[in-house]
Amino acid sequence: MNFTLKVWRQRDAKSKGHFETYQVKDISEGTSFLEMMDILNEQLIGEKIDPVAFDKGCHGNQSGPVSFDHDCREGICGACSLYINGRAHGPESGVTTCQLYMRKFKDGSTITIEPWRSRGFPVIKDLVVDRGAYDKILQAGGFISVNTGGVPDANAIPIPKKNADESMDAASCVGCGACAATCKNGSAMLFVAARVSSLALLPQGKVEGARRAKAMVAKMDELGFGACTNTRACEMECPKHITVSHIARLNREFLTAKFKD
Amino acid sequence: MTELISKVPEGPLELKWSKHKADIKVVSPANKRKMEIIVIGTGLGGASAAASLGELGYNVKVFCISDSPRRAHSIAAQGGINAAKNYQNDNDSIYRLFYDTIKGGDYRSREANVYRLAEVSNNIIDQCVAQGVPFARDYGGLLDNRSFGGAQVSRTFYARGQTGQQLLLGAYAALNRAVSKGQVKSYPRHEMLDLVIINGEAKGIIARNLTNGKIERFGAHAVVLASGGYGNTYFLSTNAMNSNGSAAWQCYKKGAFFANPCFAQIHPTCIPIHGDQQSKLTLMSESLRNDGRIWVPKKLEDAKKLQEGKIKGSQIPEEDRDYYLERRYPAFGNLVPRDVASRAAKERCDAGYGVNNTGKAVFLDFKDAIKRLGKEVVDARYGNLFDMYKEITDVDPHDEPMMIYPAIHYTMGGLWVDYNLMTTIPGLYAIGEANFSDHGGNRLGASALMQGLADGYFILPYTIGDYLAGKFKEPKTDTNAPEFEAAEKAVQAKIDKLMNIKGKKTVDAFHKELGHIMWEYVGMARNEAGLKKAIELIQALKKEFWSNVYVAGETGVFNQELEKALRVADFLEIGELMARDALNRNESCGGHFREEMQTEEGETKRDDVNYMYVAAWEYKGEDKQPELHKEPLKFEFAHVATRNYKD
Repeated sequence: MNFTLKVWRQRDAKSKGHFETYQVKDISEGTSFLEMMDILNEQLIGEKIDPVAFDKGCHGNQSGPVSFDHDCREGICGACSLYINGRAHGPESGVTTCQLYMRKFKDGSTITIEPWRSRGFPVIKDLVVDRGAYDKILQAGGFISVNTGGVPDANAIPIPKKNADESMDAASCVGCGACAATCKNGSAMLFVAARVSSLALLPQGKVEGARRAKAMVAKMDELGFGACTNTRACEMECPKHITVSHIARLNREFLTAKFKD
Repeated sequence: MTELISKVPEGPLELKWSKHKADIKVVSPANKRKMEIIVIGTGLGGASAAASLGELGYNVKVFCISDSPRRAHSIAAQGGINAAKNYQNDNDSIYRLFYDTIKGGDYRSREANVYRLAEVSNNIIDQCVAQGVPFARDYGGLLDNRSFGGAQVSRTFYARGQTGQQLLLGAYAALNRAVSKGQVKSYPRHEMLDLVIINGEAKGIIARNLTNGKIERFGAHAVVLASGGYGNTYFLSTNAMNSNGSAAWQCYKKGAFFANPCFAQIHPTCIPIHGDQQSKLTLMSESLRNDGRIWVPKKLEDAKKLQEGKIKGSQIPEEDRDYYLERRYPAFGNLVPRDVASRAAKERCDAGYGVNNTGKAVFLDFKDAIKRLGKEVVDARYGNLFDMYKEITDVDPHDEPMMIYPAIHYTMGGLWVDYNLMTTIPGLYAIGEANFSDHGGNRLGASALMQGLADGYFILPYTIGDYLAGKFKEPKTDTNAPEFEAAEKAVQAKIDKLMNIKGKKTVDAFHKELGHIMWEYVGMARNEAGLKKAIELIQALKKEFWSNVYVAGETGVFNQELEKALRVADFLEIGELMARDALNRNESCGGHFREEMQTEEGETKRDDVNYMYVAAWEYKGEDKQPELHKEPLKFEFAHVATRNYKD
């Protein structure tokens, strides 16, 4: 398969970015999207080494390889983060970019590749953004306050299977940032809700539920993420199918906390 | 040859750890506040250690190469975590978990360490539940278990097929809490490039800030290495793309002994290789072997038709299927340990029975499980794994058997540590996959998570106090010391050298070539001639790398090519040491299979008389042969026997 790639290039956070167009050829259907990016980069580096000998028709303009975040390539670490043809993690639903395969694209088509675009995630280079804000939100309260040691036996508190399962659904969040990147308001509500809801569903997390919800929402606001206006775009693009029902639970937790104040 | 002192306490096995804890020193809360500890890595080991040390009152700095601590590769562990809770009433116990682990490791791990691991395993489950880890539960609300390879009891706790993720999010949450309280400072996108030693003790690191390319210095009273394994030496592995052995390797080059480097685990259930553009291999959890049955055709002509794509696995009738694990190992069947299952797959494929176009794949079939349990139950257990498989291969495992083949997955070898988890460099500790101590020649499934968290939550926070108790009068480490200056200069010089080669081959090209050599000669089956050849080939490749690599981009900026180049430079050296160690170990044990040493049935043949030791290698300088040191392994309590999974 052959593709024309329009890739966002940006030298660093302060520079102005632009699109560059490249060609990649002879990509097999079973190649993953990020492997296709690897192939592109090998070509771009090759052209730098020797523009004639390595010419594969890629026609890079000497910007060098494209930087992009990636790590596990199994859809679980949450590092990969591309906006592909205007959608977070590309055209498939329920997968991260690393689990997207080229057989999902039409041979000969043009693919546009951009970084997350959100106020909360400034660009570091090319397609790499800074998602440190998500760490900060979790540091504000996304935990249960227990020290190592001195905890009860694991089977001391029975938890209804339904609650444990629902808590697990929310805990599947990989922290990739697709929700905030997709939201027209740049809201990180689904990310915050997933954590708040996962812990609120468990008796051990319920104890400080109100404090957690308030602290995390306040931190999200402070870091420049927008407000939730229930467009549900986040749910559509979440690679782990986390639903907005968790936002409803977050709102409940948050309002209860505010009433108590 | 010096004999290494393991510092294993005297006394009965079950009292060693309690006695040791009572004997070692502790640091008072007031003095803990004056002390600094550096932790490298934020996987299960690093995150749990950093959080626990922070809670104790130490000032902790934690470093990871990813943009967030949550992305460490522990997150990808699927199947589960072992503990000797005996919640299933199937006669499990600390002793049984200990024994299974020692036996699974083919009697090449340290007895006292393994017992301690089994002993603290139960605390880990309690801790994780308290943190809000949503383990699978039964309708009564209590925790559920599943079985794993190498065990005849159900002791594996799990959270769907995402157990590593959930445990790591638990440890990461504890870490976040410690950060919020100011006990830990987190440095994401930072890569340790050297260890700084002052007066023979580990006192800090040189790190590269990956965001802006700046070289930075960090000082401490002790350094904890939790940087994982070196499986990516093989290029293709189930490790994450950025997983690397460089932090541990710098410590080795600064004097820490590297133990049993040849012990690498090859996981039997990975998705087969599809082509030469592939970047990594995807694991299918071992838990699938609970209900999936592994087979190849009985008839060569059927295998041939499968290889040519003329028929599908589901078309082969029951009587023509060879469930070779059930046939060869009736007592454990599909649940034999990983090394045994991997070699058995290789044996069948080498004999021509492979089931895909490359001839390097076997079937893992859920037909019977779906019949027995129903689709819903099977989906509840393995749904996300089935989805992942379908996404990658475009084949639905409900209809057609999965295809699997072994791939490099984990490295049992690592920095040599004593019972306190301290390396041969005072003040430098190694935990989790980065050390060598608990898994011997082969790690059992669901035990890596257990070891990472055991070390980080319950062992290191105690043992490090014994070392630091003597140090509280020492002032904070001065990063302007000449040792820091020299280390930083050396790092910068190495980077400049790499950038200035401007050769003709890309970093990835070298890494792939190394991977081919490693898989061919230092892979699932090894022999003397092949290992000698591997050493020659790797040395030649290393020479070429340092004269012909092209590293794109610039130094003082974000540069992923430079990151890779620094890691590949080390993989080239790690690969050579692995081959050397494999050559020295003229026996077959666990994941290390020397073709010269096998039984008539093709099983591993250990040589307990000559090789019942830990091989710890000491760096002797660039292009010099490393020196071998031995720690004899004594089994006072476990009965050493040939591993038998047949009856």
